Amino acid sequence: MERVPLERKVLSENDRIAAELRARFQEHGVLCLNLISSPGSGKTSLLERTLESLPPRDRVAVLTGDIQTENDANRLKRFNFPVKQITTGGTCHLDARMIERHLADWPLEDLDLLLIENVGNLVCPASYDLGEAAKIVVLSVTEGEDKPLKYPSIFFKSDLLVLNKIDLLPYVPFDIDAAADNARKVHPGMEIVKVSCLTGNGLHEWMQWLERRRGADKPLAQTVS
Amino acid sequence: MGIANSVLQAVRTEMGLHPGTYPCKVGVRIGEMSAIDQDALRFCFEAMVHETDLESLELGIEVCPRRHRCQACAREFVVRNYDSRCPQCASLETTCISGDELELAYLEVEEYGTSTAGAKSTQ
Repeated sequence: MERVPLERKVLSENDRIAAELRARFQEHGVLCLNLISSPGSGKTSLLERTLESLPPRDRVAVLTGDIQTENDANRLKRFNFPVKQITTGGTCHLDARMIERHLADWPLEDLDLLLIENVGNLVCPASYDLGEAAKIVVLSVTEGEDKPLKYPSIFFKSDLLVLNKIDLLPYVPFDIDAAADNARKVHPGMEIVKVSCLTGNGLHEWMQWLERRRGADKPLAQTVS
Repeated sequence: MGIANSVLQAVRTEMGLHPGTYPCKVGVRIGEMSAIDQDALRFCFEAMVHETDLESLELGIEVCPRRHRCQACAREFVVRNYDSRCPQCASLETTCISGDELELAYLEVEEYGTSTAGAKSTQ
């Protein structure tokens, strides 16, 4: 019996492609963000509100992942930014190769911001680097406030927590301070914004975060209602 | 399933470097913050090797705890129950140094003919 040391990452092939993507994004000055949440937390709604508040000629594109259907891409296309659906056909996460393939005919020099909406899942997307500058996790108030403790990895690896559907707080037994505390237990110092994609409440803070990450020297175009 | 598939692909790639042997056991390291469920990984792994030439391949899983280093006093410690306060100086300024592993650690290979267990052919 001989033991051969392997000492490499299990997902080294994914990580290799992700590193290439990251280098290309940096070379072309593209900020790439990877949005992750459970199904139904409001990733697509957040993107809709984001796209509608960006100036029409902003250099923004969206890749949106789902197991089946083009529904999300159809929702997002009406804002006249380039949008492409990635249907994974059963895979519960996006991987770097899917991003590489779907970017093949999009010239990166035409982009400043690439928003990736991952497949609705709090587990596997945490393991697959897509070359993004930051992961963003969305949690809605109709879920449990202990989700950061139950699914720590994604909260640990995300730069920002977007707490969505705060318009429903009067109707649900969700302790928003406990949710924030739990997120910061897993990820001390984690940035958190509280929003309602329905009423627009809090979206200004989200857009400010986004503009800050874009290193925006240009002013925020317009404020969401 | 994707993770199990990546492990098996790595085993097949590595076996190309060790002619005349067969793989007995592959070892992986999984951090407790890596979002990998051990039982699910084992289930997928076993399903994927079933009735293949790798059916006898064993999966060894080593779970790695989340460890932090204190920025104030440099103490390294295991984080339990999400309490990342330094046990030595009580500082909250601590940074994560491990616990996110998803790594291939080792592969155990046996020469054909040295053991009957698992050896199915000598091709």
